[in-house]
Amino acid sequence: MHVVIIGAGEVGTSTAASLASDHDVVVIDCDADRTEDLKYQYDVLTITGDGTDSSVQERADVAGADMLIACTDDDRTNLVACGTAKTFGDPFTIARVKSTSYLKTWERDETAFGVDFLVCTDLLTAENIVRVIGLPAAVDVDPFAGDLVQMAEFEIGAESPVADQTVAEADRFESLTFVGIFRDGEVEIPRGDTRICPGDRAVVVGSPESVQAFANDIAPDTTPNDADEIVIVGGSEIGYQTARILEERGLRSRLIEQDGERARWLAEQLPDTVVMEHDATDTEFLSREHVDEADIVVTALDSDERNLLAAVLAKRLGVDRVVSVVDSADYVTVFEEIGIDVAINPRTVTAEEIIRFTFESVAENIAVLENDRAEVLELELDEGCALVGRPIRELVEEIDAKFVIGAIVRDGEHVTPRGDTVLRPGDHVIVLVETAFTSELASMA
Amino acid sequence: MRRTVDARATLSYTGSIVKYLSASMSVPLVVALIYREDVVAFAVSIAIAVAVGAGLERLDDEPDLGPRDALAVVSLAWFMAAVVGAIPYVVAGYGTESALAHPVNALFESMSGFTTTGATATAEISFEQHSHALLLWRQLTQWLGGMGIIVLMVAILPQLAVNGAQLMKSEAPGPGLQKLTPRIAETARALWLIYVGFTAALIAILFVLGLTPLAPEMNLYNAVAHGLSTLPTGGFSPQAESIAAFSPVVQWVFVPFMVIAGVNFALFWYLLRGEPRRMLENTEFRTYLGLVTAFAGVLAVGLFAGGAPATLIGGITEGAAENALRQGVFQVASLLNSTGYATADFAQWDRQTRFFLLFVMFVGGSAGSTGGGIKVIRWLIVAKALYRELYTTANPDVVKPVRLGGEVVDEDVIRGILVFTLLYFLIFALAAVFIELDTARMGEALTGTEAFAASLATIGNIGPGLGPLGPFGSYEFLPNTTKVVMIGLMWIGRLEIVPVLALFVAGIDDR
Repeated sequence: MHVVIIGAGEVGTSTAASLASDHDVVVIDCDADRTEDLKYQYDVLTITGDGTDSSVQERADVAGADMLIACTDDDRTNLVACGTAKTFGDPFTIARVKSTSYLKTWERDETAFGVDFLVCTDLLTAENIVRVIGLPAAVDVDPFAGDLVQMAEFEIGAESPVADQTVAEADRFESLTFVGIFRDGEVEIPRGDTRICPGDRAVVVGSPESVQAFANDIAPDTTPNDADEIVIVGGSEIGYQTARILEERGLRSRLIEQDGERARWLAEQLPDTVVMEHDATDTEFLSREHVDEADIVVTALDSDERNLLAAVLAKRLGVDRVVSVVDSADYVTVFEEIGIDVAINPRTVTAEEIIRFTFESVAENIAVLENDRAEVLELELDEGCALVGRPIRELVEEIDAKFVIGAIVRDGEHVTPRGDTVLRPGDHVIVLVETAFTSELASMA
Repeated sequence: MRRTVDARATLSYTGSIVKYLSASMSVPLVVALIYREDVVAFAVSIAIAVAVGAGLERLDDEPDLGPRDALAVVSLAWFMAAVVGAIPYVVAGYGTESALAHPVNALFESMSGFTTTGATATAEISFEQHSHALLLWRQLTQWLGGMGIIVLMVAILPQLAVNGAQLMKSEAPGPGLQKLTPRIAETARALWLIYVGFTAALIAILFVLGLTPLAPEMNLYNAVAHGLSTLPTGGFSPQAESIAAFSPVVQWVFVPFMVIAGVNFALFWYLLRGEPRRMLENTEFRTYLGLVTAFAGVLAVGLFAGGAPATLIGGITEGAAENALRQGVFQVASLLNSTGYATADFAQWDRQTRFFLLFVMFVGGSAGSTGGGIKVIRWLIVAKALYRELYTTANPDVVKPVRLGGEVVDEDVIRGILVFTLLYFLIFALAAVFIELDTARMGEALTGTEAFAASLATIGNIGPGLGPLGPFGSYEFLPNTTKVVMIGLMWIGRLEIVPVLALFVAGIDDR
């Protein structure tokens, strides 16, 4: 595959690094020092120039490229680069943006800006933070269909309320499906009368809200709920998106922002979040507002130094869990060594998302479970494929493979699959399948 | 930069408005022809009004309006409209016993008409003393003033459309102007069309009812006259007994139309465009309907339990379920949004029910309705802003915007509303004290409560007060000084204080 990457920053470099071994990679950056470094570091071709310039793109042979990844730090550069690329041919274009407003525009029409896939850094990071703080009990969490559906794997302890219940008893949530139970290293496809034993690992697929509610049900002590205190320090875009997603999940947080105008804007956008205007590194303020009693503190300030200070302060005050956004990938380990529970780097998150997308695979999206005993796939159904047009009950009886359909995304809406649900072309189905049958099932989509 | 009002441009604009407004006097002229009454009075009035308007218009050939001038135009136009509207009362009453022949009473009646107050300066409402034409003019002034004479002029006069938004903003009831279409003239036309539509509907229903045995007193004249004063939340009636002159069926018909008059007319525009949710989910609309229902229910129960001992007009309500419900609902629907019709002499009710009505009068209609008073939306925002102040006092670091129906209310708007409400109460209280002292001086002592009710009834554009100023009384006996103050109260009440006061402040050069 011929891949053109525009922007040789952290995201571009790590994407190039992971693609270089299997693909022909061309990296464009306007900084000659960076391209020079990269040329010797990895087996890639580098071009120094403006990635939005059509003559530069011509030199990079965008016309013959299979994929173009625009991942500079500037939103507009990335969008223009993708638009320019589409004038040469039809490479699959991926753009990285920070602003969620471009994402909204793109979601209205997925050909907007000539972009085929848009990665929104700040939103992605915020979703990541919410997964980390929202589902601490989960062994594994993966988003599907643009975070409309989540897969989560939970270990069932002896004291869990669902231990020794049947699946039918434990499944109390409308848009949640039990797709698999791992017991003694074997995957079991759950039926309504399957009993959940302590020590099992249960895999559920459903809307993020229902997964959250389920987590609350099986692990009430560790899963945050209304009563838990979540404090977000810093009203950066990531802080804002985190608070917004928490609101969507029904969790109220407190958001501390120092700048008056920004605080006002945040308070206007977030009706269910308490926005406070103060310096979050003021210890007197932190103890006055009982931040020490918070269950979770997220630091999302604009600089790593201040994030570190705020995170260390929160830890010292005795906060249970501190999650920190770290702008520079180099400091991630430093943060975690100091005792910050989770350090999240937006660029790493972005690079992972892009790389995940560039892997050629049978499915749109894939998650591997339990040393590859089972996989959760997201399949887009084509017109006339074998799965379309029949009720799920018939498919299950007919197809000789161990699989469970966990969720369907139809026209951007989550649909809970039931025995009589009929699949349609264009549906995205999220399905758990025993690894041995993966290719068989994928070939039917 | 010019720091004071451009007097010539302002007067010229005012002149144009007055000139075209006087055309509306041809309606009573036609009525006079039909009833073979004094046509000359209206012909003379039109001549004077047009002459005044044209004369003022001549002062500036190419008037150019700034924001300061727009406020001045609106304030002056409303004052001049009242002045010109008073001419027929004086001319028609000349040489007769009519109290309205006195210029102060005539101006009071005219201002009360245009501002949709409905307080009357004549104790004698009858066709023996006043012509059909004159009493219809009285109704028509309310109809013109209801949706707003500036809105009307912006809708029909292209030369006003340029500054239309500025002008309409100063006139519009409530804290802001809702532009429905990109062109302000179209917005003005849409609002007037809805207004005309409801008026026509009410007239048609009343007229048809009059043809049946259900409402023998309702003839075409009465149907038109009451149609003209219901939608503007006016309250004038050519009948001495107001709506009590009609059968219970007719009284019930008025209720929904009075309630509609207190609703933001922009919401009906959304309804017509097929967006009913914007109406049903509007916080002010829901609160308004909730208040009407709740207050009407409480009053009906109060009346059923015997809150209306005097039975002169309105009948016995104690133990009479239908009558208690009808009197309760009608009076609340009429007084809450400042209409001022009555089916019972509530001035004779007992203390509790009277005080309850006084409380109801403080509410007012909705923003963008024809109703007067403080307005539901302001009460909502004042309540929320006060709660916010208390909350942030306890939690000084919390940033808490005031929200109304999910929308954030701008801080400047909140400040404006708090200032308005404070000014409203200040002026209301000062005027009440003045009325009390002035009437005592003349030996026509009102009780303290009656003076406060009178102040509220005029600044809130409601009309009837308590005591001798009740729904079947009149303001005629009051001293002229008090009447002049009340003319001012009605004027600033309709324009919501700020434009009128700004007119005086803008004239002061504070260099």
